[in-house]
Amino acid sequence: MSVTKLDITAEHCPMTFVKTKLALEKLASGDRLEVLISPGEPLENVPKAAKEQGYLVLAIEPVDGAIHHRVVIEKP
Amino acid sequence: MAQKKLSIVSFSGDFDRVIAVFTLATGAAATGYEVNLFFTFWGLNAIKLKQGRTALGKGFLARFFNLLLGGFRKLPLSRLNFFGASPKLMTHMMKKNKVATLAELVEAAKQLKVNFYACEMAMVILGIGKSDLIPEVKEVLGVSKFLENSEGGQVLFI
Repeated sequence: MSVTKLDITAEHCPMTFVKTKLALEKLASGDRLEVLISPGEPLENVPKAAKEQGYLVLAIEPVDGAIHHRVVIEKP
Repeated sequence: MAQKKLSIVSFSGDFDRVIAVFTLATGAAATGYEVNLFFTFWGLNAIKLKQGRTALGKGFLARFFNLLLGGFRKLPLSRLNFFGASPKLMTHMMKKNKVATLAELVEAAKQLKVNFYACEMAMVILGIGKSDLIPEVKEVLGVSKFLENSEGGQVLFI
């Protein structure tokens, strides 16, 4: 199992989704992606979109004094 | 559940409208949609292989039109174009504000395997062949095939 990190806090729509999706596509089964996400629209929708596409969202936890969130996504 | 689908008719060759096409296309593709882009009329300028001004086609009028229309790098802004200066300024503003540029969106669309189609009829009028378009164009087709491809999904005309 490998863990890839991705920071999309500087990105805007639609690149928040695009970068996450392209990173998820590179995962092998059991691999994880740790995405650093800004609050608001990206945090609400990036994990939701991953879930809808069959990925497992294992954790959503605040970091950096709760400014950003770390979302852990696994490819089943 | 069947895969969600978005089909967009990209009619306008305006820089800002083409941005709208590729923003929706990449956003939808990244969130699990099947995306079909159908380029017709001025929209074809965005997917010409030669990105500058080239006299494509046979016959004086076709060559004249294609030369004036230009390709991807010559798309005009729908308002306040200022003889082509504005798209460059807009790209600068997009970069400055860390918003994806049109070129980045098109690249993302290719990576996300968005389907590119070109309109047969408009290509005949403008004297453009499939080899004049970017290799990502899957097929040259007409209305009936577009309707078939877009059936059961959402359709937009931009």
